[in-house]
Amino acid sequence: MSGLEIEELSKRFGAFTAVDTVALSVAKGSFVCLLGPSGCGKTTLLRMVAGLEEPSEGRIRLEGADITSLPTHQRNIGMVFQSLALFTHLNVGQNIAYALRIRGVARELQDKRVQELLEMVHLGGFAERPVAKLSGGQRQRVAIARALAHSPRLFLLDEPLSALDAKLREAMQVELRQLQQALGITTVVVTHDQREAMTMADLVVVMGEGRVRQAATPIEVYRKPADAFVAGFIGSTNLLPLTRAADGNALLWGRPIDGLAMPAGLASGVLSIRPEDVRLQAPGSGTLDATISFVRDLGATVETFLNVNDTTFISVASPRERGPFAVGHTVGVSLPAAQCLVFAA
Amino acid sequence: MRREAPRRLADYAPLVFPGLMLLVFFVVPFGTMTAVSFFRRQQGGFYTPDFVLDNYGRFLSPFFGNVLGFSILLAVAVALACVALALPFTFTLSRMARHLQVLWLVALLSVLSLSEVIIGFAWSTLLSRTAGITNILVALGLMQAPRALVPGLGAVLTAMIYQALPYTVLVMYPALVRLDPTLLEAAKTLGASPLRAFFNVVVPALRNTLVATVIMVFVFALGSYLLPQILGRPTHWTLSVLITDQAVYQSNMPFSAAMAVFLVLLSLALVSLTALIGRKDDGA
Repeated sequence: MSGLEIEELSKRFGAFTAVDTVALSVAKGSFVCLLGPSGCGKTTLLRMVAGLEEPSEGRIRLEGADITSLPTHQRNIGMVFQSLALFTHLNVGQNIAYALRIRGVARELQDKRVQELLEMVHLGGFAERPVAKLSGGQRQRVAIARALAHSPRLFLLDEPLSALDAKLREAMQVELRQLQQALGITTVVVTHDQREAMTMADLVVVMGEGRVRQAATPIEVYRKPADAFVAGFIGSTNLLPLTRAADGNALLWGRPIDGLAMPAGLASGVLSIRPEDVRLQAPGSGTLDATISFVRDLGATVETFLNVNDTTFISVASPRERGPFAVGHTVGVSLPAAQCLVFAA
Repeated sequence: MRREAPRRLADYAPLVFPGLMLLVFFVVPFGTMTAVSFFRRQQGGFYTPDFVLDNYGRFLSPFFGNVLGFSILLAVAVALACVALALPFTFTLSRMARHLQVLWLVALLSVLSLSEVIIGFAWSTLLSRTAGITNILVALGLMQAPRALVPGLGAVLTAMIYQALPYTVLVMYPALVRLDPTLLEAAKTLGASPLRAFFNVVVPALRNTLVATVIMVFVFALGSYLLPQILGRPTHWTLSVLITDQAVYQSNMPFSAAMAVFLVLLSLALVSLTALIGRKDDGA
């Protein structure tokens, strides 16, 4: 069954197009991450789904019903804001019960539901606490519990974890995903953190300049990015200039990459290869030779900065698989064709 | 900026001039007035130095009680009306485009530049029978004949609200601009209608600002002197009018001094209350 359907949705602010004919289909109960750099229109898209912005064009359907012109308060959604927007004049319990109070739910049922939700976000016994006395992570949990109190049909989160420190953020990502799976609620999260998207999402929607650049599973977006923009945004990648040889093979700075053909009709292009796929070996034995300009030893992995023709690219390997290469050495670089992706320049 | 506690006597030098001004133009006159308020009045004459409580004793008369009660009620009415009008207005203003906000604020400031006399006479013309707004209502067929709306309580209230409203808006404006707009949006996503969200979220979030504003406008309106005289009947005269009447026309300096001291103390008490609320706000 369909959860959220977005049809040809656009939003223009004057001459600026924030969201450009976006179409998206989200299965009921799945977890979607809208991922992209700031200004790519992901937050505007989320706000249109919430009814906080009016679309210039297009339709939004939730579980089959057209909600495009339905005011926010009638959409039966739950939303977590970047600022969290907790009501500081109310305590934790009253914050969570707000949606129930509005709906005229009996007092005892409200209290019961608040207890339930607090247990769910691991804040049992916090109902009477003032919001001001909570830590960042606790506020986050209260905001999540508040947005879920009325069992909404759609759960929206706008950069929900951006205010937390790295460790807590990673823990919350796992927790949020487990919570979403337990509830089976259709969820849309806006984030600019690709790790966050990879951790939580069933479907990653990469946006750039108001358009959907790719919508696929996290691993597909990582392994088979649709274009150089997606490849560059998801994880780190090396983007190198390619030209076409007379026989159709791909040339990197004039050197052929074994077994990599240029796609038909492409005279030049961009090679995308993940740092972990760039292998280092003895000089003269690889695709080409490079000079090592810097080595970043992070313990678990070692990043080797390689320099060819004033262009720097990176190889990542675990210390055990990596040879004893130091700054200033010349090494052979091998680029396995199977891991190479070629995009139009 | 460097902030150091003053160590030597010379460090206090910058305070000498303002201190002197405060002494000469506030402490000394207020002291004189306080002293006079305890002097004995001489029938037909001025007063003789003494220490009597008669002047304060006259506060117990029903006439004084009525005037004081009316002054306070009038100020409360003006304060509440101003806040009730200014809150939705300033809220809308704070969400407008930047250049429109500037335009409105300039317009409000220009109203502040008008003197109380001009405001008073402008309203007395606007509410008069011959040239007033009732003529427009007659022209529109909504009224049979033009009617004078001055003098009257309605006219006094209207002009005082008109005078105090720009202050109210300017005091509320910073708090409303700082208010997180996502609070309102959060309430909407939780199912609150826009109006309900406003009362559930915006009003409580601004509680301290609202209380402080009410007190500020109240103190401002308590000292009102000209407008009740221009637009009201004698029953609408405030304590300030009574003070002038006693001092200038009845030559009863001690009694008017006592009333003035009382009014100052009342205002001070309310301003301290505002400061107290402000401090609580910081502590939260």
